Amino acid sequence: MVQPLTYFKESASQTAGPYVHIGCTPNFSGITGVYDTDLGSGPMVNDQTRGERITIRGFIYDGTMTPLKDAMIEIWQADADGFYNSPSETRGKADPNFFGWARQPGDMATGEFAFATIKPGKVPFRDGRPMAPHVTFWVVARGINLGLNTRMYFSDEEEANAADPILSRIEHRVRVPTLIGKRDGNTVTFNIYLQGENETIFFDI
Amino acid sequence: MKNTPPETTPFFARDREWHPPAFTPGYKTSVLRSPQRALISLEGTKSEITGPVFGHNILGEFDNDLIVNYAKPGEMALGERILVYGRVIDERGRGVPGALVEFWQANAGGRYRHKKETYLAPLDPNFGGFGRTITDEDGGYAFKTIKPGPYPWPNGVNDWRPAHIHFSVFGHGFAQRLITQMYFEGDPMIWICPIVKTIPDENAIKGLIAALDMQNTIPHDMRAYKFDIVLRGRRSTFFENRKEGN
Repeated sequence: MVQPLTYFKESASQTAGPYVHIGCTPNFSGITGVYDTDLGSGPMVNDQTRGERITIRGFIYDGTMTPLKDAMIEIWQADADGFYNSPSETRGKADPNFFGWARQPGDMATGEFAFATIKPGKVPFRDGRPMAPHVTFWVVARGINLGLNTRMYFSDEEEANAADPILSRIEHRVRVPTLIGKRDGNTVTFNIYLQGENETIFFDI
Repeated sequence: MKNTPPETTPFFARDREWHPPAFTPGYKTSVLRSPQRALISLEGTKSEITGPVFGHNILGEFDNDLIVNYAKPGEMALGERILVYGRVIDERGRGVPGALVEFWQANAGGRYRHKKETYLAPLDPNFGGFGRTITDEDGGYAFKTIKPGPYPWPNGVNDWRPAHIHFSVFGHGFAQRLITQMYFEGDPMIWICPIVKTIPDENAIKGLIAALDMQNTIPHDMRAYKFDIVLRGRRSTFFENRKEGN
């Protein structure tokens, strides 16, 4: 016998199900009067927020290229200078006018999601090299048993993307574009493909 | 919150043999929504080990009382009155303070308040079916509700969900983000549910079954169910991390 290790196991995940919006965005699902607003659905920026205003838009497609209409998407990102608004951010203080987290349901009719935010700054990798600007995505929905993690990088950051420690070590280069949001003016389009030829890269984080 | 040093280390690797896999044909919707390629491992960077903090200012007075938070003044939701309580801990067994916990469920008849819901069981005009709370210094949380009913759902021709409450939990890092479901001790429906059965490990399923706790009942009012939630633990900081590749 050896000494026992006294770790617990993480609670097993279960699908968010078809009614995740009742719990997480009740006003969106038509149940008003309990929460003033849906958490994370308000504007991510105010007049004082530093940084370039952008809107991230996209769809999530299943294996038949049908857009999901019952997904919930959350994003988490650094401020314009690359600082996270979190107690675990020890390098400096983030912009107090930028929370950095938001949650949106896909549109019930079309499935499209949209986040009005700012373009994040560069955040250092574990060894200090800068990671290219990116937004962390977390996707849950009916039929997804464990929330899916991915990242969106920016098409107007070619040089930074080429040097990014995560992107540069992906073996199958043909898949890298699945992580790049396409910027056109202030709109960045980021579609997520759950399956198929263009299946998005998902991370085990 | 206690004055503890910031948590700056990555999380324990997620045990993917313990969680349900993405592709679980018994749960039909997963078939077209399951990524088929291997996940790419991404050891925690700042982007994963940090996370938002929610203050108590977001909470309304009755957010943790589903019996009254949607009810007309002076009225209450119908059903078996229960108290659900427990702790949010990490894999080291430490309480996770300040964790936002959101929950939603069907009413006592097994019906959700949702426009896409088609089950013939009636809505309860006094039940919205959701609430939220933030854990205390020890990771503890509690809320009042009614026991949800089981209900049929379109998967197999005769599949039923056991009574359950959905939980969404934030820890201190975005990589701890978790959605799961709580089941009730003694329910025979648990073991025949295709969604429960997406979990390959019987012990992992047992970890989602809340225990009836007669010591915490409120006499002449409601019974209690204890449901602890375990989030990923953080690695130790015995030594500085070596730079990658060294």
